[in-house]
Order: sequence, then structure tokens, then C-alpha cells
Amino acid sequence: MDSANRNPGPPAPDAAAADSTLSLAIVGSGGSGVMTTGAMLLDAAARAGRYGLLTRSVGPQIRGGEAVAMVRLGAAPLACNGDTCDILLALDWQNAERFAAELALGPHSLVIAEESAGDMPPALQAPGARIVKVPLQKTAKAIKGRPNMVALGLAAAMAGLPQAAVTGAVARVLGGKGAATLAASEAAVAAGYGEASRLGAPAATAHSDERPRWIITGNEAAGLGAVRAGVRFAAAYPITPATEIMEWLADALPKVGGALVQAEDELASINMTIGAAYGGTPSMTATSGPGLALMVESIGLAITSEIPLLVVDVMRSGPSTGIPTKSEQSDLNIAIHGVHGDAPHLVLAPLSVADCLFTTQWAAHLAERLQAPAIVLSDQYLGQTRMVIDRPAEGGPAARRVLASATDGSRYARYALTPSGVSPMSVPGMASRQYTADGLEHSQHGTPSSKAEDHLAQLEKRRNKLAGYDYGDAWAEIDGDGDLAVVTWGSTAGPVREAVARARRRGLSVRVIALRLLSPLSPSRLAAALDGARGVLVVEQNHSGQFHRLLRAHAALPADTVALHRPGPIPFRPGEIVSALERWM
Amino acid sequence: MTATLTAIEAAPLPVPVRAPADYKTDVKPIWCPGCGDYSVLMSMAMALAELGRPPEEIVVVSGIGCSSRIPAYVNTYGFHGVHGRALPVATGIKLSRPELTVIAAGGDGDGYSIGGNHFLHSCRRNVDIAYLVMDNRVYGMTKGQPSPTTEPEWDSDLAPGGTGLRPFNPLAIALAAGANFIARAFSGDPAGTARIVAEAIRAPGFSFVEILSPCVTFRPDEREWRKLVRPAPVTETSDPGRAARRLMTDDGFNLGILYRGDRRAYQPRSAPVADAERALERAFEL
Repeated sequence: MDSANRNPGPPAPDAAAADSTLSLAIVGSGGSGVMTTGAMLLDAAARAGRYGLLTRSVGPQIRGGEAVAMVRLGAAPLACNGDTCDILLALDWQNAERFAAELALGPHSLVIAEESAGDMPPALQAPGARIVKVPLQKTAKAIKGRPNMVALGLAAAMAGLPQAAVTGAVARVLGGKGAATLAASEAAVAAGYGEASRLGAPAATAHSDERPRWIITGNEAAGLGAVRAGVRFAAAYPITPATEIMEWLADALPKVGGALVQAEDELASINMTIGAAYGGTPSMTATSGPGLALMVESIGLAITSEIPLLVVDVMRSGPSTGIPTKSEQSDLNIAIHGVHGDAPHLVLAPLSVADCLFTTQWAAHLAERLQAPAIVLSDQYLGQTRMVIDRPAEGGPAARRVLASATDGSRYARYALTPSGVSPMSVPGMASRQYTADGLEHSQHGTPSSKAEDHLAQLEKRRNKLAGYDYGDAWAEIDGDGDLAVVTWGSTAGPVREAVARARRRGLSVRVIALRLLSPLSPSRLAAALDGARGVLVVEQNHSGQFHRLLRAHAALPADTVALHRPGPIPFRPGEIVSALERWM
Repeated sequence: MTATLTAIEAAPLPVPVRAPADYKTDVKPIWCPGCGDYSVLMSMAMALAELGRPPEEIVVVSGIGCSSRIPAYVNTYGFHGVHGRALPVATGIKLSRPELTVIAAGGDGDGYSIGGNHFLHSCRRNVDIAYLVMDNRVYGMTKGQPSPTTEPEWDSDLAPGGTGLRPFNPLAIALAAGANFIARAFSGDPAGTARIVAEAIRAPGFSFVEILSPCVTFRPDEREWRKLVRPAPVTETSDPGRAARRLMTDDGFNLGILYRGDRRAYQPRSAPVADAERALERAFEL
């Protein structure tokens, strides 16, 4: 096995510890600083040796408007939101009912609300939930601080975080704003701790775990993975929720000697990417569903002309404009089957926020190695969730292509039929190796051809180079060998892992097969992974069961197979998956 | 010793003299007999021979259409992509490999209709590319439909009785959108076309050359262009106001360099930092 295709280390977060997590949501209207508060809380938790994640949800307004920051903290790496919200902290109630489904309050929930905000909207109320009122505004006013910083102290105290960790997080964000601002913020945090003591906050505990940690979003991790692989050119057109990848690359690429150019539309961005890749530079673009639809014709061009390139699709709810700010795994069909003609290419999906790094890096490696486009199916949940992760291993697969050798006097055959199907590629500047990259079917020399034998030979070459390649064990993350199998892909792997950990504690013998490589699928590897499974649960987040249908086309599933699929916008919660597993308990 | 070395260094390297034939392949064009594009191909080879760059340092990029077949017929690197997208491909090549000579070529349907947005933004972006549009005012490859430069009354099966639409003025649009070099040539004048093409390649920034290239099959009336074209009665200008007046008032048959601006070609900023990758990663640490 090529070491580039090795799974990047122990995959599954220690989901066994996930039962001892705390889910905390902070809600408020525009300008109340809810997102800053959530980010600082996550930072403070990481400083205290915890793991955690932050997801955000906002109303449709561009600026202002209601927002909720959802933070989940735990002693081990986390992979998804919890089933319910343990603590809801409300700075005000303006339009907060919009978030009722996402917040998922339960009878055990504690609601802490600003006293001047009035009553909790009925749509949010959950039977049995305890509601207490606190004077966030009055407290802040008395010390000339901001209510959201009082809320930060309160939330951190309720989460059992030591105050020193919060001070560190505040200093990191506000350190540049002067000593007075910093002092006021620290006083407000201290006041929040004071409020919390009246509510019976737990004793603060710092974990001694000193493993180096990062805080990163999936979009940032995807950008970093591309840069690590050696991507040095990107063309981009803004689209939610992929824009942050391009914004990160716009800063990063010039520093490593590359460049990002903003294109006039997605037709241009994909073709600029193709042009740069043709010129020899590992290249990428990032987009979301509507943009991918515009790019599909040109992805076909890259397939036929055998140009390596990387397309990251940060999926959102579709079709059409859909729900642009919410996650869904519904671009699988277009990613695999969208190109007209017989058009083999690579489709991959990261299995966690941290894995956005490896999967994007691996995709860039495979694209260059196999001279084919690679589509990475991230999604809004992975892309925009901010996560505390263990520092990723260094290195990883590099994007390197098989180049044509210097001239030996022979006529260059760009599309020579080789045993692997990969033909050495020349790039402009190489003497006597000129050819025309063409979307027209062509002979081995690249000249246009409508001959049946050339068409068949090139179709088989393009198929075989992908189908015959050894993808090593990175094609999937397989955990356990139980007689039940949960098969999933991409983002949904997070809640699946946590659900399976719970089901195992209830005595169920379950394995998880989470696919990172979705095309080409290897029937023999799938069959081996499923060997001995008497029941299968297929989990994905879309309405029509796109992955389930794909599996049916490539694998023999047992009669006792259940497909669990539902659309966005609410992310899968582990409890839903545990319920689906109960039929086998 | 030093003197000898200096003498050797100062001696000019032998520059291989290149002929137009060095820039052509032996692939037989698919064009109809009498098509203007044969002459444009010859003019392109003449221009490249005049510039003398090795063929492997040149890339010719196109989209789809009769004239877009041209990369296969020149012995440079070539790219024959999808309909309308020659300019973004050329942009990606040039921005990532600025040392190469990049030429985009195609027809009026490819460049002004399906690729119209890229035309606007390429003029605006002003990347150092020469863009040659062989305008025959018709879709030839699909056998005779009206393009954005077709006369309103031109009759066809797809637009019986004509489109009734005013033709688009590509040179005026190029000027308004920011092209740095604007010229018109005629395929029936290969030497003149070669001179203009060479000048377009030399000129920094985005150079746009409209080449009137008759389609003798679907527009036999265009054989008359030979009688209509004339050298522009004025010399080239660098004043966009004067150029605008000329381009808005000429009849489409004035040949020559009509505008030459002084905008700097676009190249994205690159500021390599020592140990940049490590610094990027450190930003994620606590």
C-alpha cells in the first residue's frame, strides 16, 4: 500500500465519554455578542483541557438579527451536537422561537434568562424545564461591562471551567483592544461567576490532559489540507457555506507562493482551475450545490482531458437556493452522476471536522496521482462548526503528478495506453512535448478522433486508472466487527459513532463502516467490510436515500437492512440513530 | 581570464530563426474550402515566427466552434475546452505560469454569446492575454444560426425573417470593460493580420483583436467584405474618449490598432513568507 493512502491514525473520537457532555446554548438578538461569547467559551474550555464544538445558527438577516451559539463540551473529542440542550442562556428573547427545533429543550433543561427580557416564548417552552432569571444587564451596567461577558462568566461557571481559562480566552480575543476593555471584560466575567454561584454552579475542574490542541473549522481544515498537499492556485466565486475556504486560502496561498483569484462566476472559477492545473500547478476551487451544478460540464472536460483538480463542495440544503445556511448530504447524486457521458472521477467525503484536513489533502493527492478531478463533499455542518481537536499529525499525502520525460525524439503520446491507465503528462515549457488538451474524444496522441476504437480505448483507460488503483485503507474508517453494521458517509459519521458507542453499552454488537471514498466504490472492499453482518443500518442526511441506492448498486446488503435518511436542516442527533438501532436490541 | 569570460558572456546566444511552418502541425483543418480561418491560422503562425518564442513556451486556448479548432493546428501547447470558456482557462494558465505566452482564440458565438460574461471580465481583469476573435457573424459548426454580431434581418431556420436584434459592438464593449489593446483585422489581409496579432501578443494586459473572417458556406455574402474593409483613417489612440467615439461611429470595417491603453496587467499579489506553512498551522493552536 502506498503510504499516502493510509488512514490518518486512530479515527473515532472516544465517543464512549460522550455521555458526560454538556450542551449549552446562548441566544440573543443582533449585536448582543452571542457568537463572540460562544467562541470564547469554547476557547476557555480548550484551555481547561476539555474538548468541544461550537455551531451557530442565525436568522436570514445579513447584519443583526437573532442568533444562537450552541456549544457542547466534554472530556473527550466530540463529533456532533448532543440530543438535547442542557442549559439555555438567553440574553433576550427576540425571535428566539425560530430556533425551537434546533435547541431541543427537554425536561432536564435549565433556562437562564435576562430578567428584563420578559417571558420565554411559548414555542420554546419545554415541560419540566426549569427557568431562572438573572440580572445580566444590571450587573454589567454596574461595572461598565457588557452583558454578554457577564453571560460568558456565567456559562463558563455552569460548565465547571476555572476562571483563569476564561481570562486566557478573553485576552486572546480582546488583547488588542487595550487594557481598559480587557479589565472591564474580566470584571464582567467575574460578575458572571458570582451570578452562577447563586445558581449552584458545579466546582471548577481543569483536566490535566496536556495534549496539544487546535481550534479549527472544517472549512479552515479543508483549506489547510489543500495547502499541505501542495495546492498553489485557487479560483473562487463566493457562495454560502463555502466562502470561508476561499477566504482562508486568499490569505494563505500568497504566503506559500501561490495565488487565489476571484472569478466572475462558477463557470469561470472551474475553468481557471482547469487552466492552472493544465499548466502544472495543483489547483482547486470550492463551492456549494448551485455552484457545483454550474461546474459540472467543465468537470467533464477535466475528466476527458485528464486534468487533475480539486473541487470542494460544502453541501447545503437543496435543490436550487434551498436553505443556504443549513446542512444536508444531498449532493451525492450530482457529485457522482452529474456529468454527462461515461465520466469516471473521484468523489470523497470527510468524516469529521478534523478529517476535512486529511480528506482534502488526500483528494488533492489522488487527483494529481490519477490525473482526474476529485470532488470533496463536505457540508455546512462540518464546514462551519468550530471544533477543539487534537493537533493533527504532520505531513500527509502530497500532490505530485507523473510527468512526461525529456524528449527522446519520439512523438509524444499524451494519452498513451499504459498498464495503469495513467499516462505521463507534459506541461507547457517542456520542449517537444506539446499537445492539445481536448474535450473532444482523442487518439493516444491527443488529436481529435471519432473512431470507435479510440473512444473505447480512452473510456477504458479513464475507468481503469481509477478502478484499478490501490486506495489502501483510507477508503473508509471501519470500527469494530459486530454482527450489525452501520454504514454511513461524510458528516453523518459523527452522530453515528456516538450512537454506536451508546448502543454498545446497551449490549449491541455493532461495527461502523464510514466511507471516505464514494467513487469509485470497490465492491470487493465493501463486501469484505460487510462480511458476516446480519443486519445493516444505512444512515445519511438527505430525503431520498441517495447513498443507500448507491450501496445497493455496488454491494449485496442483507435482507435485514434499514435505511435511515432524512433531510436537513436539523443535524442528525445520536439519539435518532440509537432509536433506529433499537429494533436489534 | 576575466576578459575571456566576459567576452563569452557578452556574445549573443544564437537565436534560432523560426519560420511560420515551425508553428504549424500537420493536422488537417476541418474548415470548408475558402474559410477565412485558414488565413488567420497562417497569420498566427507568421506572428509567432516574428516573435520567435519557442513553441513550447506558448499556449493557444479555445472553446467550441469552427475557429476554436485552431489549437490542434498550431504546434504550441494547446487547450480546446468547452463552449465559451476559453478566457477563464487562459486566465488560469497565465496567472499560474506568468512566463508563458498565452493566446485565446475563438469565434463570435463562443466569445460574445455563451462566453460573454468572461469577455467582459477578462477585459476588466486585464490579464496579459491576447484574445483573437474570428468573427463571421454566424454559428457555422451548427450550420447557420445567428450570433450576437449577425445583422437583424439575416434569415435563418432558427430565426426566420431575422432576429430583429441590433448586433453587439464587441470593440466598444471591450473598451468600456477595460481592455488595454483593441484592434480589428481582416483574414483577407494575412500580412496585416499577422502584424496586428504580433502587436497584440507584445502589448501588456488584455489585448483584443476582432478578426473579420468570412464564412463562405453560410454567409456567402461575406465575400463582399474584401471590398468594404479599409485601413482605419486615424492612427491608434491611447485616449479612451477618442477611442469610444471612433468605435461607436465606425461601420465595422476600419482595420488597424484602434486603442492602446496603459493599464498595468493584472497579476495576483504573492508575498511568500519564510516558514509560511508552519505559521499557518500555528494559528490554529490555542
